[in-house]
Amino acid sequence: MADQPEGCARVTGAVLGEAPMADESSPTPQPIKEEIMTAQVGQKAPDFNAPAYYKGSFTNVQLSDHFGKWLLLCFYPGDFTFV
Amino acid sequence: MSAVADKYQELKDLGCEVFSVSVDSHFVHKMWNDHELTKMVDGGIPFHMLSDQAGNIGRAYGVYDENQGIELRGRFIIDPDGVIQAMEVLTPPVGRRIAETIRQVQAFQVVRASGGAEATPAGWMPGDPVLKPGPGLVGNVWKEWKPNE
Repeated sequence: MADQPEGCARVTGAVLGEAPMADESSPTPQPIKEEIMTAQVGQKAPDFNAPAYYKGSFTNVQLSDHFGKWLLLCFYPGDFTFV
Repeated sequence: MSAVADKYQELKDLGCEVFSVSVDSHFVHKMWNDHELTKMVDGGIPFHMLSDQAGNIGRAYGVYDENQGIELRGRFIIDPDGVIQAMEVLTPPVGRRIAETIRQVQAFQVVRASGGAEATPAGWMPGDPVLKPGPGLVGNVWKEWKPNE
């Protein structure tokens, strides 16, 4: 999505849940139920999508696109902090 | 993050991809990279720097601090099946030791390559003997491994 124009909306990461099952008995679309996932060792890593900066360009990362490799996910308090 | 960037090639050689995440926008990531991190790491940050301004990802991983609106120093090793094998969470003032992360990746890779037949004892370093859990090892770990060696 590097070629997507950059608007001024505040973009953020989003956790991706399982797609809701199609329910043909219900004519109105059901809202996607947000599931709160908590990461635990031995469990599947919560999938997500997030805007990213990568070597001079803006892009989008979906974690599950990279399954198949070993992944290291590092959170940190903030840019321009000292440690 | 410059410490991770500094060891990026080592991680890449292990087939490990890196993603950093904070609540800053990807625009700020660019500024931080361009104005500071490039002075610490040749060529700047070589991996994706993700933006999680609303803390959604941080919440899912249990590292979002609601009071401060920041993400704690959470580090997750995810295997090729997408399963979290290790996590470490530090409060902000203490930085990580990336060499330990690399050691853990190597250890998990050894275990995975053995199909779970091998385990790495405490303090294991690449090249050290591994343990093969089974009936013969019960009560006999002392023959195979000592904590002070």
